[in-house]
Amino acid sequence: MSSSLTPDAPVFVAKTTGGRITDFVDQRVGGSGILREFGRKVFPDHWSFMFGEVALYSFVILLLSGTFLTFFFDPSMAETHYAGSYTPLKNVEMSVAYSSSLNISFDVRGGLFMRQVHHWSALLFVASVSVHMLRVFFTGAFRKPRELNWVVGGVLLILSMAAGFTGYSLPDDLLSGNGLRIIDGVIKSIPVIGTYTSFFLFGGEFPGTMIISRLYMLHILLVPALILLMIVMHLFMVVVHKHTQYPGPGRNDGNVVGYPLGPVYAAKAGGFFFIVFGVVALMAAFFTINPIWNYGPYDPSPVSAGTQPDWYIGFVDGALRLMPGTIGDWKVEQVWFGHVFTFNVLLPALVPAGILFTVMFTYPWIERWITKDNREHHVLDRPRNAPTRTAIGMAGFVWYCVMWAAAGSDLIATHFNVALNDVTYWLRALFFVGPVIAFVVTKRVALALQRKDREIALHGRETGRIVRLPHGEFIEVHAPLDEYKRYKLVGFESPAPLPAVPNEHGVVDRKENRRAKLSRWFFEDRVAPVTPAELEAAHGHHGSHEAVEAAASQKTLSH
Amino acid sequence: MGNHSDGSPNHSGTVATAGQNEVEKFQDPGIPPHRLRLADTDPRAAKKAERQVALLFGTSVVGTLIFLVSYFAIDLGNDSSIATIRLQNALLGIGTAFAMLGIGTGIVHWAKALMPDHEVSEERHAIRTEEDRQAAVRIVDDIVEETGIKRRPLIRNTLLGAVALAPLPALAIFGDLGPRPDFALAHTLWAPAPDGKLKRLARDPDGTPIKAADVTIGSAFHVIPEGLNELSEGRLNEKAKAVVLLMRLDPNELHPSPGRESWAYNGIVAYSKICTHVGCPVALYEQQTHHLLCPCHQSTFDLTQQCKVIFGPASRPLPQLPIAVDAEGYLVATSDFHEPVGPSYWEREQHVLIPNS
Repeated sequence: MSSSLTPDAPVFVAKTTGGRITDFVDQRVGGSGILREFGRKVFPDHWSFMFGEVALYSFVILLLSGTFLTFFFDPSMAETHYAGSYTPLKNVEMSVAYSSSLNISFDVRGGLFMRQVHHWSALLFVASVSVHMLRVFFTGAFRKPRELNWVVGGVLLILSMAAGFTGYSLPDDLLSGNGLRIIDGVIKSIPVIGTYTSFFLFGGEFPGTMIISRLYMLHILLVPALILLMIVMHLFMVVVHKHTQYPGPGRNDGNVVGYPLGPVYAAKAGGFFFIVFGVVALMAAFFTINPIWNYGPYDPSPVSAGTQPDWYIGFVDGALRLMPGTIGDWKVEQVWFGHVFTFNVLLPALVPAGILFTVMFTYPWIERWITKDNREHHVLDRPRNAPTRTAIGMAGFVWYCVMWAAAGSDLIATHFNVALNDVTYWLRALFFVGPVIAFVVTKRVALALQRKDREIALHGRETGRIVRLPHGEFIEVHAPLDEYKRYKLVGFESPAPLPAVPNEHGVVDRKENRRAKLSRWFFEDRVAPVTPAELEAAHGHHGSHEAVEAAASQKTLSH
Repeated sequence: MGNHSDGSPNHSGTVATAGQNEVEKFQDPGIPPHRLRLADTDPRAAKKAERQVALLFGTSVVGTLIFLVSYFAIDLGNDSSIATIRLQNALLGIGTAFAMLGIGTGIVHWAKALMPDHEVSEERHAIRTEEDRQAAVRIVDDIVEETGIKRRPLIRNTLLGAVALAPLPALAIFGDLGPRPDFALAHTLWAPAPDGKLKRLARDPDGTPIKAADVTIGSAFHVIPEGLNELSEGRLNEKAKAVVLLMRLDPNELHPSPGRESWAYNGIVAYSKICTHVGCPVALYEQQTHHLLCPCHQSTFDLTQQCKVIFGPASRPLPQLPIAVDAEGYLVATSDFHEPVGPSYWEREQHVLIPNS
């Protein structure tokens, strides 16, 4: 300490205003270490990394617009007579919640705008979380060390749907009231505790006078707090792991290639928040969402045709529609031991969502078990280079989409002038066949793309220039790739099936046998990256078909 | 040039394995050389980009002004028309969009055109050192060892038991979230009054009673029990169970099962409007086919077969309300439904057995 006070010891003095402010803050609260760590931290850049950002930003917009709405919304279900400025509903009996939602729309300046911003960004939030998860799945970003962050992401997806649904019901309009009634019907189908759960949730019989205020509390306090907690964990892990990067020249599992956080990456990401907000504002300006004044207050008797839930609940609603309640004269609902087992509701409500989320949460461990790949991965897979995983993902995606489409079966029927029953029959068939078709087609497409990559790596890209050789043959001239572009096409792994390995007793147990079978299924169809020798062979005989064919036929084949 | 480099064409599906031709792999050529942008080399291009960014920020200012003007200049007053609100909503949205997009695109353009775009490479560090990793496992093992929990199963088991039971009060304290269901779902407002007076069928929503003579063949009525609208409490709860659809068919088209012959009057039948699937109102009546269709999940019920399910996810027919005509010619319910209406629930079967009187 004393040495630093001696006049000739060099004392660091910041020269710029920014530097002085930084130094002032640092000397009082510290943080130079953090700034040193993060100020220039490198982030890889790719358009597909935006989806997670969109999710984060739409959540921020939700917090901002939602806070505004709470100042005017009253979640009471007490009866009142509407006295606001929307004439068609003057003096109509309705709940205070619905009345205050109308007031937000018609009597608070900018209230309708904020409602629409809130609803659109909620839809965007769930959508971007979903697309982000698809990106992570198809690029293999969930692999070690990021399995736990994948799980946190899955929890966020569920929470985002919970946030959406609890908010959707708050205006207490006819549409959302019918949605709640469906939820009530599903809850009642749960064995043993269903009826009690329904009575406890609604504070008695449906609809009761409690549900809106209870959902309100969940919607503005519990669910957003959990989402915030999960986002903090999610981002914390992103910092710990550092971001993944797409494969390419100069990128490997030991480095991060990209732009430094300050200024470029921060500017792009920060600017992007405003772009997301701007786009949401445009949607709120021009596309009406949830016009509750058209639906009227909740009344258990009427219902409008063509009712639709918000998109993210669609797959469950679609599953409910697809399930037949009777098969011939046999009732799917069964009475056993004097109790009702409502399989026609229970199965579609729980099984598909259960399978989707179980497979989603456990997939990183399943793949790790099959492939025995315990290495850390920071370089992503191009989806084509992991054909089986990509095919599994597409099978799940198509399955989801079939159920989702089923939620609009009546609209499909009316828009395309086909029989409603036929739409349902087709979708029932697709429910089972669709994922299989998707699996096979996707895997073939991925392998075909890999072959195309090989072709390009070996022979260059097509130039479209046709040349006639002296002996009369026409050939197309191919331009060779530079080494950077080529590396992108050849720099991937193509693991071979792992045969069963005996355990310490020298025995191949059944589990290991099963794993080996799955490993074969996973990796047997594969395309190996081009090797320098192959490239050499292709170049040595450029333009000569026979020679290249000969080089190809020298290969031994895996099966 | 054909598909000739990726394996034998007559061997379907598979191509070369990695094991063969494993001469070597391609070497990573490293990050591609940096390409300068126009703005890096030409000061005029840089100046142009600078002006573009400034213009975008200027657009944002315009957007903010649009927002403020449309907020204060358009008066919603007391009887604002929907057109005024739409106009204001559109202008507020456009203003916000310009304000936000101006800033956003401006910053991004600035970053892309003017800030250094050199991609740099940074080493990844292991999340933890190998030494830490082993130390952490040792520490956990030591902690577990020092507690002695493995050696003292009595402590472990009693602790597990206590911890397992401790959350029960936290669950129990939610017991007052709602009343016990008991028989609430078994009864509706259609049950005759204690003095034996039968409930009249009334129009939904105004509550005027319906005369049998008003119901012509082919017509359909949305029906509520008389007196529902006068309830001061629980009106919606009762309505949620009691709504009924009333239709009149040619009596020859009805095929009542034994015991239900007297439930219809002159071809007039009344069925619960609450779907037996998950409880939506079965609001669509196809007059020609005598089908009732639920708009939520498309369960279809056939009136001529006592509302048997003929399509969709519902499993049970809609419950029928037995009706008759009173001395003044009004339709009345001779009893409550003989089974609970709406979606199934665990205890439903017991409630079917409860005699309705």
